[in-house]
Amino acid sequence: MQINFHAFTQNLRYMGLGMLGIFAVIGVLVLSVYLLRLIDKK
Amino acid sequence: MEALFSNVLNLQWQQVVMWGIGALLIYLAIARDMEPTLLLPLGFGAILVNLPFSGAVTQVINGVTEHGALSVLFDAGIANELFPLLLFIGIGAMIDFGPLLSNPKLMIFGAAAQFGIFFTLCAASMFFDINDAASIAIIGAADGPTAIAVAQKLGSKYLGAIMVSAYSYMALVPVIQPPVIRLLTTKKERMIRMPYHEHNVSKITRILFPILTTVVAGLVAPASVALVGFLMFGNLIRECGVLDSLSDTAQHVLANLITILLGITIACQMKAEQFLRPDTLLILGLGLVAFIMDTAGGVLFAKFLNLFLKEKINPMIGAAGISAFPMSGRIVHKMGLKEDPSNFLLMHSIGVNVSGQIASVIAGGLILNFFLH
Repeated sequence: MQINFHAFTQNLRYMGLGMLGIFAVIGVLVLSVYLLRLIDKK
Repeated sequence: MEALFSNVLNLQWQQVVMWGIGALLIYLAIARDMEPTLLLPLGFGAILVNLPFSGAVTQVINGVTEHGALSVLFDAGIANELFPLLLFIGIGAMIDFGPLLSNPKLMIFGAAAQFGIFFTLCAASMFFDINDAASIAIIGAADGPTAIAVAQKLGSKYLGAIMVSAYSYMALVPVIQPPVIRLLTTKKERMIRMPYHEHNVSKITRILFPILTTVVAGLVAPASVALVGFLMFGNLIRECGVLDSLSDTAQHVLANLITILLGITIACQMKAEQFLRPDTLLILGLGLVAFIMDTAGGVLFAKFLNLFLKEKINPMIGAAGISAFPMSGRIVHKMGLKEDPSNFLLMHSIGVNVSGQIASVIAGGLILNFFLH
């Protein structure tokens, strides 16, 4: 079995994009829930 | 007499080994209570498909195709990702987002705990092509339906090994997580108290949350719409308050029915020639890496946030962000009690655990977005 060490660094961009994507979606959801709370209070 | 025993001569040693693996999965399911809903059907199915010329799977005998029931079910429900999606309706109906909506900032730990998926993607890509590497990485989602849906959509050849790995490690979370948590935290950190302030969650919030989640996730990762959408549809049925019988059916009848079919059908991928390869051991190893790095990602993110916060977070709750619900949340709570019997972390850890379920499905959708087509 051949080990392609270069592939690890090549695919780090997916790690960056993936984590950014998850945090972005979760961030919007967190803000939305706080916004819903504000609307509820009114 | 020859007609009775001729098939015995067709038995290969590799098939006997698979009987042993099937028996082991059945033993773990029954004697050790390890994810019995999946490991028992998987184990029994592994025996079914590893009998010579088994009628349970499609065979070509003397040029004639004999359709097997498991192959038909596989094409009907796994090849098109239908079974995992239907199961997600049931899972969504079972989830109570209350503890999470009461303290929404806990969701960021669910996000952080998906780190293991992307780390394992990079690690697995050293040994496998990118689609197989992504399918192996999704073991770190700690969510069976997500793993099946993603691996099948990406056309992975290793579905059987991925499923055995995913469900085995989900059952082994109480063994995997505590040493990683202890390694990355000090006793002082594990004793940090987090007071729980309950906020009332209105019905409107509970109803709008699943709709919002589907729209936001779908806009960022359109490939995730099926996964996130079905999960949130199940939750909407639960929260709307006018579909109690549907919610009950989704949580019990639908979930159980699909689980029965899913487990035994996935076993189609556990034929000896597909499963008994050196790659399988590597996949089991990479699956473990995914779970370990998930745990590490959550804990280290919490420690990082503590550098800036006055009111410190107990970093153990970061580990609860993996999708193994409710085991992971309970493990963190127990570890907290062990350090300080009056430190109740359960509401925080369960909230984070629930957020992990959302984050893992989003991660699955992002993986599909990156690598599909």
